[in-house]
Amino acid sequence: MSSLRLANLTVSVAGRTVLSDVSFSIKPGEIVALMGPNGSGKSSLANTIMGHPAYQVVKGKASLGRKNLLSLSPDARAQAGMFLAFQYPVGITGVNVRQMLLAALRARGLKFTALGLKQKVEREARALGIKPELLTRDLNEGFSGGEKKKMEILQLRLLEPQVAILDDSGLDIDALKTVAANAKDAAKRQKMAVLVITHYQRLLNYLKPDRVLVLKDGKLVDQGGMELVKRLEQHGYKIYD
Amino acid sequence: MTRFAAKSTKVTSDVDKLGETYALGHADRIAYAYKAAKGLTEGVVRELSSQKNEPKWMLGYRLQALVRYLSMGMPLWGGNIGEIKFDDIHYYLKPAVKSARSWEDVPKEIKQTFEKIGVPQAEKKMLAGVTGQFDSEKIYGSLKAALAQKGVVFLSMDEGLREYPEIVKQYFGTIVPMGDNKLAALNSAVWSGGSFVYVPPGVEVGLPLQAYFRINSQNAGQFERTLIVAEAGSKVHYVEGCSAPAYSSGSLHSAVVEIIIKPGAQVQYTTVQNWYRNVYNLVTKRARVEEEGQMRWIDGNLGSKLTMKYPSCFLVGRKARGETLSIAMAGAGQHQDAGAKMIHLAPETTSQIISKSISKAGGRASYRGLVQINKGAHHSRSKVVCDALILDEHSRSDTYPTNRILENQVILEHEATVSKIGEEQLFYLMSRGLEEHAAEAMIVNGFLEPVMKQIPLEYAVEMNRLVELEMEGSVG
Repeated sequence: MSSLRLANLTVSVAGRTVLSDVSFSIKPGEIVALMGPNGSGKSSLANTIMGHPAYQVVKGKASLGRKNLLSLSPDARAQAGMFLAFQYPVGITGVNVRQMLLAALRARGLKFTALGLKQKVEREARALGIKPELLTRDLNEGFSGGEKKKMEILQLRLLEPQVAILDDSGLDIDALKTVAANAKDAAKRQKMAVLVITHYQRLLNYLKPDRVLVLKDGKLVDQGGMELVKRLEQHGYKIYD
Repeated sequence: MTRFAAKSTKVTSDVDKLGETYALGHADRIAYAYKAAKGLTEGVVRELSSQKNEPKWMLGYRLQALVRYLSMGMPLWGGNIGEIKFDDIHYYLKPAVKSARSWEDVPKEIKQTFEKIGVPQAEKKMLAGVTGQFDSEKIYGSLKAALAQKGVVFLSMDEGLREYPEIVKQYFGTIVPMGDNKLAALNSAVWSGGSFVYVPPGVEVGLPLQAYFRINSQNAGQFERTLIVAEAGSKVHYVEGCSAPAYSSGSLHSAVVEIIIKPGAQVQYTTVQNWYRNVYNLVTKRARVEEEGQMRWIDGNLGSKLTMKYPSCFLVGRKARGETLSIAMAGAGQHQDAGAKMIHLAPETTSQIISKSISKAGGRASYRGLVQINKGAHHSRSKVVCDALILDEHSRSDTYPTNRILENQVILEHEATVSKIGEEQLFYLMSRGLEEHAAEAMIVNGFLEPVMKQIPLEYAVEMNRLVELEMEGSVG
């Protein structure tokens, strides 16, 4: 298992700077929470680490172990061990989660039969409380917010990455608990490095992260432990104004 | 340009070298017993007809069609057909072998060609009968004994004319008259090969009848002619798959298909067209549907340089139904001008057109359709759905729908969507570990999925495979 390291990452989208000089790292088995108000650059950071083409890295480094992530396409980053659970997963017409996962696992050179995967997916779906009919429907199309989040976690469990970035888990309490429980479990048992992005303190009460980072206007402005979460709960982000 | 991290891509624009990357791009060496000189004259038509020992009326028909062809103008709409050099085409080729019934009798060289396109395997599995068209003459054909016992006829058109002259004479040219359009006139003058299918009243052909068509010789024009007669209450599914080997200069394929559907009969005609990228595919396909009959065209267009094809249904009897599922994929240098026509001529007739088109790497896909509901065709309904997917900013999609509604009590629905392949969708799938072309292929196959569900499994599998091959060759 490898660590994720970001050093002086500065990123722009269409000429506008969205992240400035962001540096931090996450070790295997560690859970780090990234907090910040809307528009502070949290999702930009997730997209940059995964390689979205709209995000231009102006300066800095991002690496997984000894691998330079910035020179890899998104699929190569995924195969190197990165995973992003999206804030708003897009719908894919005519493709269900099993077809997608089968292609994703085979792209990693893993030998899976359609039947073997079906059984595994069904088992995981039961454990996560995902309705069986969602497994054969078009991925993310007409799913509720909570269903989408759980489907992202299902993919996380099957793809077993080294680093998981969970982008904003929304307001659905049931999904939130599922995300938190899975993140804790993956970090503890599989030594996964987990970066949880949220602006809801509530998730962090379930999750109990090892560290908390605060992002504002594209810059890291603070870091600490759970006491930071409590302080933000009482006073809000205005303390950084 | 690929939108994600840089990858090396090989682009071949030289048509001579395309064969190296085209899976079915192989020109086999075949000896021809008779090869007409290039160009079209009355002498060529007379020679062709006498080579085939045709009845006099057919020669007369051909000569009359030749006059029509020479006097008609080229269509001024659709794709660019001005580049076709009609004088450089061989209008008739006859391979130096006789038609064979059993696989053992088929010469080795020809067998290899069939093996490359998988005909015997397909037959072994589930096909009721196989005929493969090798250039202008049918070389190999078989029909399961059970079908023959039921009186079902499945022959090449030339054989059909010899063995069932009265049926052919009764229907030939009645659905697509020789003067329908210039290319139909050309086909009527020089047609060769194609299929003749006759299904007696009440007989249901349980398994699809399949014909593979190939053009093999450089500059060989292919003008096959297909006639399907489905008697009252009968049911048949005919499958035509096309693949052509590599050429260095343009080739013309101009077929005419006529289908007669008697009361209560049902016909499905499935085409998977994968002509090589220099073929002009200009085809007239039409069905006449009587009372409570049903016609269904499934038309997949992946290959060719230019395709102009609009399978049509003339709904002439009460409660007749016509359906077209059209799938078009246009890549670099390709123009797919495809669609359907539904002409409602009787009360309570229904029709449906579903068109799915994909354009990529500078290709152009056009939907061209007509729904006409004539006076008297009251309580008719028609539904048209056109979905277009554009893969990059160099590619183009157009829709040319025409509705002529001359009756009041009718329902017409029309839905059209155009979507660009979403960068977010690509990013999502790539973030799971799929390479860019695999992600694109998955999105494209997902887009086609509602139509694929309607196609018999093995053809859907073939279509999926062809789509994936197309996507791999995509320059992105």
